[in-house]
Amino acid sequence: MTEIIGPFLEGAVRTATPLAFAALGETVVERSGIINVGLEGSIICGAFGGLIASSYEGTWLALAAAGISGMAVSTLFGVFVTRLRSDQVITGTAISLLSLGLTGTLYRQLYGPAGSALTTATMSILPVPLLSSIPWIGPALFSQPPITYTLYAFVPALWWWIYRTHAGLGLRAVGENPEAAIAAGVRAAHVQFAAILFGGFMGGVAGGTLVIAQAGTFAEGMSAGRGFIAIAIVVLGRWHPVGVALAALIFGGASALQYLFQTMGWNLPYQVFLALPYLLTLLALAGVAGRVSAPASLGTWIRGW
Amino acid sequence: MSELAVLALVGDMLVRATPLILTGLAVAFAFQAGILNIGAEGQLLIGATCSAAITLQFGETLGGSIIIVSLIGGSLAGAGWAAIAAELRARFHVLEVISTIMLNFIALYIVSFLVRGPLQEPTHIYPQTETMPLYARLPTILPGTRLHAGFVLAVLAGVTGWWILQHSAAGFRLRAAGKNSSAARIAGQIDVGRTTRNVFLMSGALAGLAGAVEIHGVTFALYENLSPGYGYTAIAVALLASLNPLLVIVTGLFFGVLEAGANALQRDAGIPSTIASVIEALIILAVLAVESIRNLHAPQPGSPSDTPIADLT
Repeated sequence: MTEIIGPFLEGAVRTATPLAFAALGETVVERSGIINVGLEGSIICGAFGGLIASSYEGTWLALAAAGISGMAVSTLFGVFVTRLRSDQVITGTAISLLSLGLTGTLYRQLYGPAGSALTTATMSILPVPLLSSIPWIGPALFSQPPITYTLYAFVPALWWWIYRTHAGLGLRAVGENPEAAIAAGVRAAHVQFAAILFGGFMGGVAGGTLVIAQAGTFAEGMSAGRGFIAIAIVVLGRWHPVGVALAALIFGGASALQYLFQTMGWNLPYQVFLALPYLLTLLALAGVAGRVSAPASLGTWIRGW
Repeated sequence: MSELAVLALVGDMLVRATPLILTGLAVAFAFQAGILNIGAEGQLLIGATCSAAITLQFGETLGGSIIIVSLIGGSLAGAGWAAIAAELRARFHVLEVISTIMLNFIALYIVSFLVRGPLQEPTHIYPQTETMPLYARLPTILPGTRLHAGFVLAVLAGVTGWWILQHSAAGFRLRAAGKNSSAARIAGQIDVGRTTRNVFLMSGALAGLAGAVEIHGVTFALYENLSPGYGYTAIAVALLASLNPLLVIVTGLFFGVLEAGANALQRDAGIPSTIASVIEALIILAVLAVESIRNLHAPQPGSPSDTPIADLT
């Protein structure tokens, strides 16, 4: 049994890690009343930035560079949305298109028209003593690259920050009732811009994780809709860090079903597994979206400033 | 460049503009009604798939008239694919931006499966369908080029779309629902839900038609990379045209020139063709910036962005 469940659980956690980083960042953004559909752009820019940085620096610095790349592109989103008050969804779509095109163009310029097969040093797996020898879940949770462990610490930290600090209260106030928050002296536009930058950084880290801790290479469009899946995960996780992390894990599990099916010897067309995360997103949203309450001002302009 | 080569390039630009005009219209109509349909890409793919399947199945029986049947079939399939997102929005309040993007990926994998499985060509070597017989191809309208009758169809669709939007009751309902749904419901007694759903289906039908036209006019077979992202470029096409169907014809031509030119540049000068999507994105941002600066001076209450996502029904 262990040899069947083991790869499945390990695959679930591996797939969930970048999704969780991106979705936790987006949680903060949406808590401020902004929906950033350009998250996909931050992920692909992070992946590309991580690739470039990893040829000069070690894995941790390359991950930081990935985060900064993701943040850079979200700055553009922030200017359009909080300064020019452009439509959030259209701006985000344009940012995604821009990032996919830009990274594709740069990649082909730097590594040839077809993009020569380029591999980079990856963050090696670091088993945690004792914990990794827990049967079944031990290897899955505690025999991962160290970036995954930072995620375990990040989830409770984010929860504490959102619900137990003054700044977190300000963030929630802006998302729920911006006019009241402004009246109470919160600088709403600044809060939103900061949230967008943070979300961009996390999206970048997600992209960097794909390259530096997992694939070991870059491919055009390798974000493959993860930014949009992450937005769905935020809804499923009900804008709560713990819920979002669990929702990401469920998604990872669905994507990892292929390992389970392979070891069981069940033959299905491989496209079924490739389409599964997208199909699951639809089903999950249909089951949940109408029954949860989003931050009240999500997607609107703030009036009166 | 010889005269013949110039003629061929102009033909290529118009050929490229054809699906961009059709999908651009799909996006323009949807956005006018306040529906953010980012799914023209998937609707196009499903339209192309259905069109190819119909032609392969009934081509021999129907002969030349298969083109008409197949174009209708492709449009209906596109509408059917959009109906999923429309239902998810109407019944379950699922944001169509997310659902249509998910459906784009699913459509891509359906095509990928079909061209390696049930619809694969008889020798089972290439991941594509059998090539269409000559009678199932749209006629060329400019000798010496690849320009096919689908281009005329796209222009006609633009003109018809403009007339419907500006001069018909349905067009008025559509615009009213997009501008201010509660006012349209209360003062205009417009069934906003029904209008929204119909527009969503029509948008999908236009994108599906684009796919069917590609099958019968350009590729003559179904394969995975049939669309280089027409459905995404369509957003830039529609926005640059301020969502006006007549202007979509113009901006569709503009982007056709841009993309066919980018391909020629990649071939001749080694400049990556992905630069075209960078330019498209920058154009969308430029349009947004201009509009925003205008709106900041004269705020317009009741624009689509004023509806919180929580209230979207």
